[in-house]
Amino acid sequence: MGCNILYAIFAITRFTLLEARRNRLVWLFLLLLAVAIALAVFMGSIAITESQAIRTSVLAAVLRIFAVFLLSLYVITSMVREINDKGMELTLSLPVSRTSYFFGKLSGYSMIAVLVSVSIGLTLVFYAPFFQVFLWTISLFFELLIITALCLLCVFTFTQITVAITAVTVFYVLSRTIDAIQLMSREPLIDPDSLPQVFITRSIDLLAYVLPDLYRFSPSEWLIYPNTMTGQILPIAVQTVIYLVLLVAAGLFDLYRKNL
Amino acid sequence: MIMHRYQERSVKALPVWIPILLTVAMTAQIIWHMHRPDPIAHFHRLTPPPVQSVLEMMSLGDPVAMSKILMLWLQAHDNQPGISVPFRQLDYSMLIHWLEAILKLDPRAHYPLLAASRVYGEVPDAEKQRQILAFVAREFQKDPDHRWPWMAHAVYIARHKLKDEQLALKYARLLADKARGENVPGWAKQMHIFLLEDMGEIESAKILLGALLESGQIEDPNEQAFLYQRLAELEGKRGQTGRQ
Repeated sequence: MGCNILYAIFAITRFTLLEARRNRLVWLFLLLLAVAIALAVFMGSIAITESQAIRTSVLAAVLRIFAVFLLSLYVITSMVREINDKGMELTLSLPVSRTSYFFGKLSGYSMIAVLVSVSIGLTLVFYAPFFQVFLWTISLFFELLIITALCLLCVFTFTQITVAITAVTVFYVLSRTIDAIQLMSREPLIDPDSLPQVFITRSIDLLAYVLPDLYRFSPSEWLIYPNTMTGQILPIAVQTVIYLVLLVAAGLFDLYRKNL
Repeated sequence: MIMHRYQERSVKALPVWIPILLTVAMTAQIIWHMHRPDPIAHFHRLTPPPVQSVLEMMSLGDPVAMSKILMLWLQAHDNQPGISVPFRQLDYSMLIHWLEAILKLDPRAHYPLLAASRVYGEVPDAEKQRQILAFVAREFQKDPDHRWPWMAHAVYIARHKLKDEQLALKYARLLADKARGENVPGWAKQMHIFLLEDMGEIESAKILLGALLESGQIEDPNEQAFLYQRLAELEGKRGQTGRQ
């Protein structure tokens, strides 16, 4: 039984990777990589000082955003197409449980996330010390893993490309900025004790509880300044595991409730 | 054909472990968040703004929206997350560069000049106050009929915060000279008169007040009455001074 489940997961993972390979995703990613490098080189060339730091940080930041949006777009569009083409129904009509299907898809997309992270890491090795790039790449992979699971959840919940992409974008922007939003809400310029202000501050604090600390993930300072990542990777790994379990549970919740 | 309102199965159809996993994961997330250190605030110094063309390019064809966003960002800079940076710590030269850039993106905006005259102008540092007031005066002259309120604020800051009566008078005269539009209220055009009076230069104020009344710029009867009353008071003060 266990073997069958693993086999099903493996088969779905394989087909997910195959789809990505045939989808010209690699070429698009390579093109974006080239654009990011060109942009970073250009930014570095117009800088009067710290040109290497500017080049590295711009490249890392741009590639991180490219990776997040490319992967989320790919996962969402691929899953929505599969649902619309009844591919999901076909797979689930076979002796494949919904859990196996979910984990098969998640592991397939996670493999793509690994490939994307490693490619970015290999690019950054030319601009920053290996160990710093190594930890940064692991952190980027964790970030992409959370985004991948979130995309699956959004697809199973909304089943529409526009809504799912919007939800993922809002989630990502909020998770990346929630620390700044929280701090700003605690130091308002006008009447900090007013009821609306207190309500806003409390709501933001509440929101922070259910969002992952993505703002701590893969900052470009790790690549530029040595020793800034000390003791950072373990909390990031723990946050990834917790949030991944949460997203998987929520995704399975929605998938099992779906009437096929 | 029966249309189903709900495309979803009942929660009871779920394997038991999924809601349990969901609850455990959510609890773990909340506990994890509670034990994470609060975000730490760092003070970041203002850097020079990019050249105007770059800012316009970054606005993606919507410089007004860019101006608004930048203004909020600039405001957030002195009230950085978790830190209330005293104005005296701010680099006013950089600040002015940013305000100029923001105004160029949206020349009709009030916010940069309001922030300059009423927020940054309150800094307890005379040199910085002069810098920012000079900026307001410079920008005011580019569009006096639209930007007069901030020049009036600058007069107030110069007179009552900076306590530089000569500077206040200079700005008040600038206001009177440049802002001549119909939308500019009389009190703004008359600020220099009241300032002269305040400074003890009663005679000058009286002459200016009389000139204003005779010029026909004051059409509102109440305003005319008020100004005639002020003129009478000035006459009275002059009489007292003469007798002394």
